[in-house]
This record gives sequence, C-alpha cells and structure tokens, in this order.
Amino acid sequence: MNESTVAQLKKTALQVRLDCINIQRLVGSGHLGGSLSAVELLVYLYFYRMRIDPQRPWAEERDIFILSKGHASLGYYSVLARRGFFPVDELKTYRQINSRLQGHTQMDSAPGIECSSGSLGQGLSFGLGMALGYKKRGLPNLVYVMVGDGELQEGQIWEAIILQSRLCLDNLILIIDQNHLQLDDYVRNVVGDENYLERFRTFGFHAIGVDGHDFLGIDRAFREARPGWANVVIADTVKGKGISFMENQIAWHAKKLNAEEYEAALAELKREEVSLCMN
Amino acid sequence: MYELVAPRDVFGSTLVEIGKVNEGLFVVNADLSAATKTDKFRAVFEDRFINVGISEQNMVGVAAGLARVGFIPVMSTFACFAPGRCYDQIRQSIAYTNLNVKIASTHPGLAVGVDGATHQSLDDLALMRALPNMTVLAPSDQVQTRKAVLKAVEYEGPVYLRIGRMECPVFFGEEMEFEIGKAYILREGADVSLIAHGSMVGVIYEAAQILAEKGIQARVIDMPTLKPLDREAIIQAAQETKAIVTAEDHFLYGGLYSAVCEVVAGLALVRGVAVRDRFGESGTPAELYKKYGLTAENVVEEVFHALH
Repeated sequence: MNESTVAQLKKTALQVRLDCINIQRLVGSGHLGGSLSAVELLVYLYFYRMRIDPQRPWAEERDIFILSKGHASLGYYSVLARRGFFPVDELKTYRQINSRLQGHTQMDSAPGIECSSGSLGQGLSFGLGMALGYKKRGLPNLVYVMVGDGELQEGQIWEAIILQSRLCLDNLILIIDQNHLQLDDYVRNVVGDENYLERFRTFGFHAIGVDGHDFLGIDRAFREARPGWANVVIADTVKGKGISFMENQIAWHAKKLNAEEYEAALAELKREEVSLCMN
Repeated sequence: MYELVAPRDVFGSTLVEIGKVNEGLFVVNADLSAATKTDKFRAVFEDRFINVGISEQNMVGVAAGLARVGFIPVMSTFACFAPGRCYDQIRQSIAYTNLNVKIASTHPGLAVGVDGATHQSLDDLALMRALPNMTVLAPSDQVQTRKAVLKAVEYEGPVYLRIGRMECPVFFGEEMEFEIGKAYILREGADVSLIAHGSMVGVIYEAAQILAEKGIQARVIDMPTLKPLDREAIIQAAQETKAIVTAEDHFLYGGLYSAVCEVVAGLALVRGVAVRDRFGESGTPAELYKKYGLTAENVVEEVFHALH
C-alpha cells in the first residue's frame, strides 16, 4: 500500500465520519461510538482489499463482509453508499419508515448488505457456513466477519470459534473491533481481562494484533493471515474515534447529537479535513 | 390393523434418497446424528455432512451460511434444542433472511418419554408458527414423513419439520401425494371433526372408532401443515360438523388448537386435547399420554363436552 493510497483512504474515512454525524443528527438516532471505531477497518476492506463490484452486488465471485455487530449499521451504510452500492442520498432514509436502511442490518434489503444482524453473536457462524460452502464448491471467495469485543461475551461466538479452530477455514478472516467499551460499561469492568490475542492463540488461531486506525498496519495485518490456519485480526480501536468528546466515552454508545454537540463534532472533522488536504 | 413404525426411521434414508439426485443437499448436525438418523446420510455423502459439535445456535448460522452460497442445508437435532435452544438464531439468521434452510427436528412432545421434561418439546410449533417466512410441517406416519421431507427440500424457503419418534400406525399408501398446506381426511363423519398432527393422528383415529360404537360419526383430519394452514378444510369442518376437537402432543397454547381457533373464531365450537400449561416428566410415551390426557378416551370425552 503506497502513500497516496493511504491518503485517499484517510479522506474516505473522514467522509464516512462526516456522514455518520450528519445522518445521525438528521434522523435523530444511530450508534455513533461503535460505528466510528470501525471506520478504518471498513474503509480498508471496501476500498482496498475486497474483490467486490458495486455494479454487480450479487456477483457469484464477490468477497463477503459480514457485520456481526449490526448496531454499527450507520458507519457501514455510509461505507456501502460511498463505495457505490446505493446512492449517498439514501443515507437520509436511515431508520425511517419504508427505508431499505434498517436500524440494524437486513440481508439484501439494499445491495451490498450480506447478513441480518442486530441480535449479537450470530455473524461468525453464518460466515463459517458461507466459507465452508465456498470451499466445498471449490470457489475462491473470501469471507470477512467483524465482531465487537463486547459481542465476544455471546456464547454462540465461542461455539463458532471452536468449530473454526477445527475446520481452519482460511478463506475466512475474523476481525475483532476491540474498542474496549460496551453499552453499560468498559469491557474490562464487565468481563475482566481483555487478553484476546492470548485467548485466540489458545484456541489454535493465528491471531494478529493491530492498531485498527492505522491503514498501513491494517494492511500488514491482513497480509499476515496464514494459509491453512484459522485467522483472526484483533484490531485495537477507540470507540467514538475521531471526535474527541466521544472517544472512550460510555455515553456515546448510541447517544443522540444535540445541535451544540453536532457543531463541535463537525468543526473537529472539518479541521481534520483541512489538515488531510494540506498533507 | 395398521403396522406400527417410527416416522424418524425413514428420515435418514429419505435424505440419502434425495442426496443421490440433488447435489445441493447438505446435512448439518450437532452431535445427534445417530439419534436423528442423519448418520445414514453421512455414511454415503460424508463430503456433504458436518457435525458442528454440541452447538445448536452455531448450527443455525452454519446452515444459513451454506444456504446463502446455494446449498440446501437440512439441520437436524431434537425439537427441544431447535427451535428450543436457538429460537433467536432461527428468527434472525433463517426467518428474517428467508434463507432456504430446513430445520428437521426429531423427538417432539411427550412421546420422547423417559428422557423427561427437558427433552420434551411442547412449544416448538408455537415458536415456529409465530415466525414470518416459516413453513411448519408435522407429518403423521412414515409414508407422509418421507413425502414431507421430499417436499420440504423441493420447496424454496425456510421449513420447520417436526419428525416423530414414537411408533405410529401407517395410514397412507406410497401413492399418496403430499402437498404443503393441505389437510387429509382419513375418515368421513358428519357429527364432529377431529383434527390432529403427528403422533396424535393415530389417537384421533382410534377415538373415532370408539365414537362410532357410541353412534357418533367423526370426521378424522390429518393436518400435517401447521403453516400455511388448510383454512378451507377447517372452515368446512366447522360448517359441516357440529364441533371440532383438536388433539396434539404439544402445549395447548400456540399449536394446532390455537391455529384452528384463529381460523374459526365465532364460527364453531372448538375444544382441544393437548398438554395443559405444565411440563412433562419421565415415563413411557403410553404412560405419559395417559397421565397428561392425550389418549383416545380423552378425545372422546372432549367430543361429548362439545356435543352436549
């Protein structure tokens, strides 16, 4: 990945963050914290790594992204729209009556949406079924599954992890968006240790740690995935990333922006935009 | 008069039969292949079979993912585990997505017997009937079960199949044509209609014979599709006979009794023979059917309540 690509991805990430606050302010709801932590990972996958064609969203040879943490739909829809799966203008319908953009994702409700999620813990099993199916059919499609670190508390995830540690489907990469917070509290206050690298290694995974906001690092991490292994990228992220007063704040899981907060967030992102343009 | 066989026994061999002509069939199992008879499929098509381990919630997702890439997965466990243990997974990953997964669960109801209440699924039909996009089948005898499995695989969309384990009389000949959404009249009668599914079809048939000796002619209706319901057959029963008595190895709430009442509310008197708001226990199926009121005598009693 060269510097100009990184610069372009950063601009896209900023655009997605702007979409997030604009849309949330407009429609009055949506999960900013967990959307903002995943922006670089999503932008990397959709604008650099995955083999996808928004003009042929259901093409048989496409790579698959499964958003298991369905509440991050706000950022996810923005990435899909910016990538060209549906009009950017449609983001304004988010969570509104008759919209294709449901509060939590619905498979195929709009092009590019590959699973239904919202009830946590289900995406990895679904991704494993797809990856197993692709292997059985001898197809080269890759499957990416994003799970939140709070979501790892769901038992079903560990059922699926046990299965993957046996199957070692290397056409699937599990991504943990480890933003260290969940709805009520910090993850460490709810479940203690956050040593997921160690835990996944104990389960036989090739576990790769990375700063989830650094495009070069993210790219290196995905390139480190090993053939014949169960691979997991554990991305250290910041919940609410990019807007200082939201970062690492429990309150911003799904809080609604008021006018003053919106202006402050917008000003921060605009300053960032200026600095990106100058570099 | 009728040969007694368990519908479950035909399930595995039917999967093998389908597997030979349909390369898309994929059997997903959560460590109960010997009990659900899907081991027969594994023996022939090991490459299209997976044991995901004792993880029913995970099994639902794996089956849904396989369907998403074009396979026709049949996932199988006991009814107490699917839908019992993984209702939410079925709701979100199969029903909401409308994926082509067949949930084929064996060991339903009190007929499970000695394993006790934890293993006696008495709410599976209520759970599955409530879900949009879900087709719900509860075939009665071995012939019908085989045909229902064939139809479920042929049908495009999610299907819940409740497959009996208890030995039941075989009512249908091999020539029978199974249609999703169709009721089957096994005996004509103008006084009362008896409607059942699964293992209770044999019970209402026996009840009809007892009633005939007492001068009451009962129409016996096998209702193997709980959703979509054969509304016409139910309305006809309501109009052409004096009352309806349903019978099922399921809780009274949410199953066949509820479904029939929803159709004929205000149109007919309906009484239900079912498990009344309590859990089962260990015992032989025959002992349990007697203790929990699922016998031909119980059906006869309800008919008398209805007609007098």
